[in-house]
Amino acid sequence: MATIQLTATLPSLPDGWSAEKDFKPIDHLSAPISRAIEPVGPHFLAHARRKRHKRTFSEDERIQAQQTVAKAQEEDPGDISEDEDPALLAREAKDWKTQDHYAVLGLSKYRYRATEDQIKRAHRKKVLKHHPDKKAASGREEGDQFFKCIQRATDILLDPVKRRQFDSVDEEANIEPPTKKEVQKKPNNFYKLWGAVFVSEGRFSVKYPLKDVPKIGDANSSKEHVEEFYNFWYNFDSWRSFEYLDEDVPDDNENRDQKRHMERKNNNARKKRKTEDTQRLRKLVDDCLAMDERIKRFRQEGNKAKNQKKAEKEAAEQAAKEEAAKKKAEDERLQKEKEEADKAMKEEGKKAKEAAKNAAKKNKRVIRGAIKDANYFADGDADAKTIDGTLNDVDALILKLDNEEVALLSSNLNGKDKTGAKVVFQEQVKTLVDAGKVKEGELKWLA
Amino acid sequence: MSAEQGSPEPTQDQPERVAIGISFGNSNSSIAYTTAIEGKAEVIANEEGDRQIPSTLSYVNGEEFSGTQAKAQIVRNPRDTITSFRDFLGKTFEQIDPSPCHASAHPVSVNGGAGFVVQDHTEVKQPEKSTLSVSEVTTRHLRRLKQSATDYLGKNVTAAVVTVPSDFSDEQKTALSASAQKAGIEVLQFIPEPIAALLAHDAKAQIAAEGGPASEHQDKIVLVADFGGTRSDVAVVASRGGMYTTLATSHDYRLGGSSLDKVLVEYAAKEFLKKHKTAKDPRETERSLSKLTLDAESVKKALSIGGSASFSVESLIDGLDFNLTVNRTRYELLSNKIFMAFTRLVESAVQKADLDILDIDTILLSGGTSHTPKIASNLQSHFPESTIIISPSTSSSAINPSELSARGAAIQASLISEFEKEQIEESTEAVVTVTPHLHNAIGLVVAGGAAGKEEFSVLVEPETPVPVRRTAQLTVKDGGDVIIKLAEGGRSIVVSAAEKATTNGAADSDDEDDDSDDEPEENRSKVWATQKVIAEAGLRGVKKGGKIEVQVNVAADLSLTMVCREVGGKGGVRGVVQAARVELNGNAA
Ligand SMILES: Nc1ncnc2c1ncn2[C@@H]1O[C@H](COP(=O)(O)OP(=O)(O)O)[C@@H](O)[C@H]1O
Repeated sequence: MATIQLTATLPSLPDGWSAEKDFKPIDHLSAPISRAIEPVGPHFLAHARRKRHKRTFSEDERIQAQQTVAKAQEEDPGDISEDEDPALLAREAKDWKTQDHYAVLGLSKYRYRATEDQIKRAHRKKVLKHHPDKKAASGREEGDQFFKCIQRATDILLDPVKRRQFDSVDEEANIEPPTKKEVQKKPNNFYKLWGAVFVSEGRFSVKYPLKDVPKIGDANSSKEHVEEFYNFWYNFDSWRSFEYLDEDVPDDNENRDQKRHMERKNNNARKKRKTEDTQRLRKLVDDCLAMDERIKRFRQEGNKAKNQKKAEKEAAEQAAKEEAAKKKAEDERLQKEKEEADKAMKEEGKKAKEAAKNAAKKNKRVIRGAIKDANYFADGDADAKTIDGTLNDVDALILKLDNEEVALLSSNLNGKDKTGAKVVFQEQVKTLVDAGKVKEGELKWLA
Repeated sequence: MSAEQGSPEPTQDQPERVAIGISFGNSNSSIAYTTAIEGKAEVIANEEGDRQIPSTLSYVNGEEFSGTQAKAQIVRNPRDTITSFRDFLGKTFEQIDPSPCHASAHPVSVNGGAGFVVQDHTEVKQPEKSTLSVSEVTTRHLRRLKQSATDYLGKNVTAAVVTVPSDFSDEQKTALSASAQKAGIEVLQFIPEPIAALLAHDAKAQIAAEGGPASEHQDKIVLVADFGGTRSDVAVVASRGGMYTTLATSHDYRLGGSSLDKVLVEYAAKEFLKKHKTAKDPRETERSLSKLTLDAESVKKALSIGGSASFSVESLIDGLDFNLTVNRTRYELLSNKIFMAFTRLVESAVQKADLDILDIDTILLSGGTSHTPKIASNLQSHFPESTIIISPSTSSSAINPSELSARGAAIQASLISEFEKEQIEESTEAVVTVTPHLHNAIGLVVAGGAAGKEEFSVLVEPETPVPVRRTAQLTVKDGGDVIIKLAEGGRSIVVSAAEKATTNGAADSDDEDDDSDDEPEENRSKVWATQKVIAEAGLRGVKKGGKIEVQVNVAADLSLTMVCREVGGKGGVRGVVQAARVELNGNAA
């Protein structure tokens, strides 16, 4: 052998890796298989020479070698042997349409499960026995009818398309669905009896080979498994078809119309049977589902879970409600407080205003009083004109002032004598004149 | 046999042994020899110029005809023409399937075995007809073959390596050996037809690549499909270092070239009846049927090369001639079911070997029917692209599939012709041939992919017989201290949805097959994974870019020696892993 060139990277030696002489044996090679090398070719000769080199083998070694070798040539497992029913042997080849091809080949117990290899072996077995030359030799001149039946059966079963057509109508492979009574007889009957039904129905699966078709499972199957099982069967994609039951179409060109008529009739019959079969299967699955204790259990468990959920949900809703109410009350309380505060504030403002008003009134009274006390700034008794003039001017002055200014004026006048008061009034008038609120010459009684 | 191999000198007092290769089929036989100078195997043409000599004998007015002349007699002389008898040898009458003989002499029971009743003598005597056992028929046939070879080689042929189907029983071999002995041929060895075919193929590849890189044997799994006249046989063979181990076989005793002839006969008969509405059905008359069948076979063979071929039968029935042109497409359509049966038979052998189609490296097509292009192209499309199909239509270097097994037998004959018969027998005993074969692959745990993920690199393939030695080299880019982990690995088949082509250019073609997407394409690939580490070796101070060599040696007792060194460097690491203690039940402890 030439040296193998690898394009790969070797890992670096891990830190701390150490071994005696840098080599660490870890495990043994797995047990080998004994096989026979073909004693052919130059390389075998070299092998034989090495193996035989200067030695003779013991009898034990010879026996051992023969016993342990894995056979590449498989032996006939002898699984195909059925008694031949005399009625079967008496069949006419022309009646092949009604013939049970599996029974003819001795494969009744395998049917759709028979492998191509088994069919070939079964055929051979039958041919060895029933070939007309064999019968002639043994003096049993029975004709070649059964031999022809064998050939027909093999032609059909070894042709994948024809085999499906036959398997589609192979009543013998059908398994009747169990009744409720049968199912209830024993605890596990449901799985056993319905399981067999679905194994047989599974032969029509487009999606899966027989072995992979979802199985019914058992009492301990998970909800997912059971759901998948029913889902699969409710959506079953079946290759079952019914052309095998077609009525013969005349094979001549004379009768075109007749031919077309037959073909149409056959087509309709196929369609009808297919529809019926789909309905049949649906009902089958319905029936099985109805008897399936697991479904009830899952439903109960589901209900329980649902109820619990519902209760939880209600509790949560209640809590939420309470919470909301609480929040609402709180909000209302706060609102109220706020309103009250506002009101209080307003009230207070009103009072203050009132007080200010009163104060202003009082101050105005004080101011007017001060004029009176100052004898209207007249020397001696004040005449009516003076009294009127000064009081009018005071009123006009007060109108020009806001409450604070009134209060200030009133406090300034407090305790002042006639001259002092006059000065206060004069200054006040002057301030207003300066501010342009009063014209020069106005309020002349106070100037 | 070269002197260094310790072959014995031919004994003086015995005449020189002249050994050829014989392929003895139910339909045809071939004789082959190896050229003295080049050691190349060649098939000998008989005096009629045939390299595929029909395994047929016919008696016309007591005179014996053989080969092609005999085969032609099926039409005129069916009951005195013997065909398809090879498989009857060494069997009881109960065990034989007479079906292939329906058009010629029918087998009868002779002393518990099979035989034929024919008129094989010219003198007038009673009884008129003789009863010939199948052994006698075989002797007569082999005598003819021996004569043809002797005439061609100019030396009296005395011995042969004979090919037989892989399921030929010891009784059958014993019977064949005895018949050959009577014909003056010493059978040196029986070898299985598929192995003979493979030997011939490998020997040619070897000569073609002499000195080149392919001159060393490559380990591969080869499926040899032998599609003959009335039966088909498939063998899955592990080819390891030039040694062959059959892993599984599959047989079909009614699938072969004659199934295809029948398809053409059916078609031709229907066409004939369309043209001649009032004529009798040629399939109902034995003679017409035989004429049609012989012509169908020629048409079929011509369609292996040409695009069309014609039936031309004089006076098929009721004095009516029959002419019909058939084109290849029509033929392939008609035969589609049969072609698919060939593919299924091949597939069944892969399954029996517990392998996946991805494990099959090569399919070698052998037998006459393997000339059919459609059979090869069907296999090519059924198997992955990595599988190489060796047939005339798929590989220009393919040996004529009708000659493969005879050539292989001739090569084997040249290898062993100088051995004593006894020595050959001793070498082919189970005690020599039965050998432990590795169940798992042995390889290295390396960092392979872009992500530096751990990978398993195969050094020794599974199904390799021990002792075995394999050497591998790899470069250590960065140098330094490295760890070499030797492990057992197993392969699994990974199925992934086919990636949408992301490369530019492929995008254009995407729109076209948009609607064909209902069945998602699957990508199946073979992936190796480490199963258990057997040993670790540390190699220190490797040069930057240095090359490392790892050698693995598995001894006959399953102990393993590993040697690692830097190429051109000093020292290295060497270690031994002991074999597991074997328990009585054969399982390793
Ligand atoms: N070129 C060809 N194309 C197609 N079929 C062929 C060709 N040559 C031979 N055959 C067919 O191969 C079959 C014989 O194959 P062979 O290997 O010689 O038979 P067997 O091994 O059974 O003796 C016959 O059916 C024959 O018609």
